[in-house]
Amino acid sequence: MNLFRRYIGVKRQPDIDPIGLDFKGEGEPKGAFWRRFRKHKLAVAGLFVIGLMAICAVLAPWIAPYSPNALTDSFGEGPSWNHWLGTDQVGRDVLSRIIYAARVSLSVGIASVLISAAIGTLLGLVSGYFGGWIDGLIMRITDMFMSFPYIMLILVVSSIIGPGLANIILILGFLGWPGVARLVRGSVLAIKQTEYIKASVALGYKTPRILFNHILPNAMAPLLIYATSGVAGAILDEAALSFLGLGVQPPTPSWGNMLASAQSLTVLTDKPWLWVAPGVMIILSVLSINFIGDALRDAMDPKNRK
Amino acid sequence: MYNYVMRRILIAIPVLFGVTVINFIIMKMAPGNPVDMLVNPKLPAAAAEAKRIELGLDAPAYEQYWNWLRNLVLHGDLGYSMITYEPVTRMIGEKLGPTLLLMGISLALGLAIAVPLGVISAVRQYSKLDYAVVTLSFLGISVPNFFLGLGLVYIFALKLDWLPTSGMTELGSGGGFADVLTHLILPCVVLTANVTGRTIRYVRSSMLEIAGQDYLRTARAKGLREALVVNKHAMRNALIPIVTILGMEIPILFGGAVVIEQIFSWPGIGQLTLSSIMSRDYSTIMGLNLVAAVVVIFANLLTDIVYALADPRIKHSYRGAARS
Repeated sequence: MNLFRRYIGVKRQPDIDPIGLDFKGEGEPKGAFWRRFRKHKLAVAGLFVIGLMAICAVLAPWIAPYSPNALTDSFGEGPSWNHWLGTDQVGRDVLSRIIYAARVSLSVGIASVLISAAIGTLLGLVSGYFGGWIDGLIMRITDMFMSFPYIMLILVVSSIIGPGLANIILILGFLGWPGVARLVRGSVLAIKQTEYIKASVALGYKTPRILFNHILPNAMAPLLIYATSGVAGAILDEAALSFLGLGVQPPTPSWGNMLASAQSLTVLTDKPWLWVAPGVMIILSVLSINFIGDALRDAMDPKNRK
Repeated sequence: MYNYVMRRILIAIPVLFGVTVINFIIMKMAPGNPVDMLVNPKLPAAAAEAKRIELGLDAPAYEQYWNWLRNLVLHGDLGYSMITYEPVTRMIGEKLGPTLLLMGISLALGLAIAVPLGVISAVRQYSKLDYAVVTLSFLGISVPNFFLGLGLVYIFALKLDWLPTSGMTELGSGGGFADVLTHLILPCVVLTANVTGRTIRYVRSSMLEIAGQDYLRTARAKGLREALVVNKHAMRNALIPIVTILGMEIPILFGGAVVIEQIFSWPGIGQLTLSSIMSRDYSTIMGLNLVAAVVVIFANLLTDIVYALADPRIKHSYRGAARS
């Protein structure tokens, strides 16, 4: 009935937005998504941790006890009442730097995945829907990019373009799309065979409308799950890059470049507070996001109707 | 089968060619000039120009690419390092062994640990053991390898003093088997933890997917012992998709090697990559990227072929598609 009304009574109901449709399928009881998500206690904890980190990152200037680059009167001292996580060799407060570094990690994670998801989705949609030589071309290019070891490629490109926060986001964004493209293409190939797509073709809809309004919403669930783990991956990549000195540059604090100081044996042995805390923050954030991704996978799987 | 293999190889060739082109374009985008790094800035411009001509940097880009490709195909020659003047093939050849040793052992160990754990975890789904294994695998993929590396050095090398902090052999020693082995332990543990974390989840979900199949119900219905059902009927089929992991792990391991070799001063490809990036040694970086990409392409090719051998449905579906 709904279909009938939408397609026949176009004039009366012009603004039905299929993107807003529930992609979990009809007949899904309301709230089932949350009910299934909540079963994963670790994912709920992860959501809490990430939420807390995001709040800290946004409110950093008000929460951090010191400015991240301010020199205090203690140098390389261990944790104390004035400096909960101690100070580094230059005299900067480690806790404040960690709070500010959350901004870097979270923005790299989210922004770079948004870019690579947009590119990959577009290429995957086109490749899967049109098939033929377009598909062959796009998939071969995808193969080429996937043949380079990812970290090596990032390192080379970032050494050429130059380090820095914006560049890292762009590099991770523009090199991260091949996985997304393959995933979306796979979903499109399956969705293309369904009756409702054949119906929209028969009704003479324009291709962009079929691609973005009819196919994309149904390919969204795996994409969202992939993107979630992509955020975790991007945070790890940024940390590795900054650790090697080719990512976010000091004095801007990043968890990765804070860990870089531990490459010297004296810091590693005598000043563990300088490298343990940023490392723990990376683990906590990545672990939380991975747990959330896993729960999303469970909650969004249409086969799973417990 | 022959058709399938040929098709795979024919697809790999344009990819390989494209890889060299992308590689070259990236290098050409570089703003810095290796001559600037080499030549004393006080030197007259003419001398710097002579150096550029000597290194072949004055020719148009397509000509440089063509020369490079022709030397590679005809002579297996990747050119000379712009910094040390050594042949790139020799530099890479010297470093490839240690990296492949590190990667090979980590991959083998990782699979040896992950496959049984993943299978047990799936067989006893939702048990305490399952939760422990799954949590462990999440830790394996979430702990940054450089942090794990630093932590292990801190505990086992600095505090307990059981193992060496870096290098492949003790300075001045001949580099016997035991010597290399003790140096190998820490970097291997880090890479193995990563491989294990990723693989457990694949094995587990692959086993769970198989668990609902009709033929397993049939096997149980005819009264087969559970151990036989799991080992013979379920596991053999569940492990086929695992073959693809080998193809996916190799590029990730190369990336891991860059970071790990830096921390442990392991004399391999990763360290060479980082040092050539730092000194803008383009010819060496190009060679390294190419070697890594070739290894990955061959690994994928091999994976596809092994997959087809293990799962006859693949080549049959291809044969059907070719006829229609």
